[in-house]
Amino acid sequence: MKRREPLNNTQLLTTIAVCIFAVMYIAAIVTGVQGFEKFQMFFDLLNDNAYLIIISCALSIVMIGGGINISVGGVISLTVMACSIFLNNSAPQNELGIIVTLLLALGIGLAFGVGQGFLISYLEIQPFIVTLAGMFLSRGLTTMLSVEPVKVSAQTHAAFYAFRSNKIEIPFLGYIAQNGNTIPAKLEIGAVVALLVVVLSFLMLRYIKLGRNIYALGGNQQSALMLGINVKRTRFMSYVISGLLSGIAGFVFLMHKPTGNASVAMRSEMDAIAASIIGGTLLTGGVGNVIGTFFGTMILATIQKIIGMSKLNDSWWQDMASGALLGVFILLQSVILSARDKAKAKKAGAVSIAKG
Amino acid sequence: MISKSKNGKKSALGQLLIPLTALAILLLFNLIRDPNFFAIKVAVNNDGNSVLSGNLITIIDNASALAIIAMGMTLVTAACGGQDISVGAVGAIAGSFFVKVLKSGEEITAGSVILGVLVCILAAVAFMMFNGTLVAVFRIQPMIATLILFSCGRSIAYWITGSATPQLNSPIIRAMGMTIPGIPIPTPIFAVILVGIILSLVFRFTNLRLYTQSVGINQGAARLNGINPTVIKLLSFVLLGVCVAVASMIGVCRMAQLSHKTLLVDVEMDAILAVAIGGNNLGGGKFRIAGSIMGAYIIQMLTTTLYAMNVATVNVKAYKAIVIIVIVVAGSPVIKSKIAALSNKMKSGRQLSTAKGVR
Repeated sequence: MKRREPLNNTQLLTTIAVCIFAVMYIAAIVTGVQGFEKFQMFFDLLNDNAYLIIISCALSIVMIGGGINISVGGVISLTVMACSIFLNNSAPQNELGIIVTLLLALGIGLAFGVGQGFLISYLEIQPFIVTLAGMFLSRGLTTMLSVEPVKVSAQTHAAFYAFRSNKIEIPFLGYIAQNGNTIPAKLEIGAVVALLVVVLSFLMLRYIKLGRNIYALGGNQQSALMLGINVKRTRFMSYVISGLLSGIAGFVFLMHKPTGNASVAMRSEMDAIAASIIGGTLLTGGVGNVIGTFFGTMILATIQKIIGMSKLNDSWWQDMASGALLGVFILLQSVILSARDKAKAKKAGAVSIAKG
Repeated sequence: MISKSKNGKKSALGQLLIPLTALAILLLFNLIRDPNFFAIKVAVNNDGNSVLSGNLITIIDNASALAIIAMGMTLVTAACGGQDISVGAVGAIAGSFFVKVLKSGEEITAGSVILGVLVCILAAVAFMMFNGTLVAVFRIQPMIATLILFSCGRSIAYWITGSATPQLNSPIIRAMGMTIPGIPIPTPIFAVILVGIILSLVFRFTNLRLYTQSVGINQGAARLNGINPTVIKLLSFVLLGVCVAVASMIGVCRMAQLSHKTLLVDVEMDAILAVAIGGNNLGGGKFRIAGSIMGAYIIQMLTTTLYAMNVATVNVKAYKAIVIIVIVVAGSPVIKSKIAALSNKMKSGRQLSTAKGVR
């Protein structure tokens, strides 16, 4: 294992994603898109998209295992709605309520993860259909809880409001306002949680047995089975983790925007899939890396921010740009991978000819 | 998997067993709940034509667009082993081309409608060819390749039409979307029948079914046998494009207006569901279009039943999810093989007991 290979496909795709993010960000600064000159913008991207980063990690894990989970957005909306209703009905000053809310969020995520994981791995139903049903179920339950938006405000739950207002302030990354005061850069708790999720899932996938098993399962199920890996349990666990992460994402969303609404995180599952792909995860399984996913999410977030800040303030421009970018990435991946495969095949052919 | 290969011909019927049972249970449930549910009356519509009305007609009529898309989706699923999630968005694009052509003249005439239909089909096929090229030539997974148009298709539709909701007021459009004067059956139903007949004729007189299945089962083997997988995959996307165009015209004509946000919205998920409920493997290979059509009618009947039971529109999804899970669990390979094992056991037990009795 000591021999260092050049760059494998995942690392290559991740590197491309990182480079494009850097180029895009620097271009935004140089061309003077409003707000990008401040470091706070980077933190804002993290703050606003913390939930998306978390579910993108969830999707990467499932996709590496060769599956798919499109229920994550629905689970977020259900979690946010259930938690806001719970908070509005509990004692406003009670800090214990926050912990119970967190447990509620984790419980909802876990329930969906376990249910879908069981159906997919032990009853061998196609993951797309099961998680589609999960999406319908979670969105339907959300509107059953309330059709009207439910807002958690300082009046309805003071303790939670105080808790969500906590921000990590980093003075030296801040900027000096016009009146001479230094305004520190602010990072929300949710963003820290998201970064933590990225690091932990990276470590899990790289160093823990379950993570290695997920790669093996996605790469080739038959081989994984012959290696003595418990394929069913591994697949089950990948869905449980993704469910749990969607619960966490729901809580993070609630902290960022404490309003339960039926349209919360609409279509975010597709954004998460796109982010995973841009980051170098293949839907076929076995290839992927959550660091790449993180940068994939940041690329999507940066595009949206740039378009939002520019004069092209139409939602359809945003869609067109992200669609076009996705197309470029997908084509780039396909071309690079097929070129590599061809080179490899040539090499192998040359070796066999030399041997023969 | 093993039982499938063992049973051979039996599995073809077995595939339709689950959707047929589901349809029968839904019908029975409605009959018990409300004996008048299936009553069909002759009513007079706004134009003064007598038309058939009733829940059954509504179900079959409203499921038309879904059924047509499900047919095309079955082909793509079988050939490519993946699903197209951009059908709704491409439908919106095709619909806006259709409306653009109709709106370009002063009045909507038969000639402009025919031109509109042609342009609509061409547009849908062109955009589907884009998807198909990504899938067949660049070997990208269908779901990923179609994610591009899924995310920006409706914006393209908006870009084409420009205004939010163009209105179409013409007797021809009403005839296409609702009923032709003198014929009491809604026109979209005829569209389903027409597309179904064309597809079955294609399968009857060409080798397309065999080729599609072999590409879906083993692409390499198909190539070695002289089938060009790229062409077959592209062809499946072209056929899906035609289906999507027809469905989008049904949608536009029924509402007599175009809304790029709501035309065929969420139809991709329902179409994939219809394919799965119809017993088709989402991983490609063997397929039965009849199953998918049945799946589409099951989904529509479920929705109509829930509405008839006064379930709020927004809550329908939750109940739908539960029924879908029940249907797919009943059709899951593990449950199937368990049931087969159980019935085998019972059979052998009976044989054993009769054998003992003879002794």
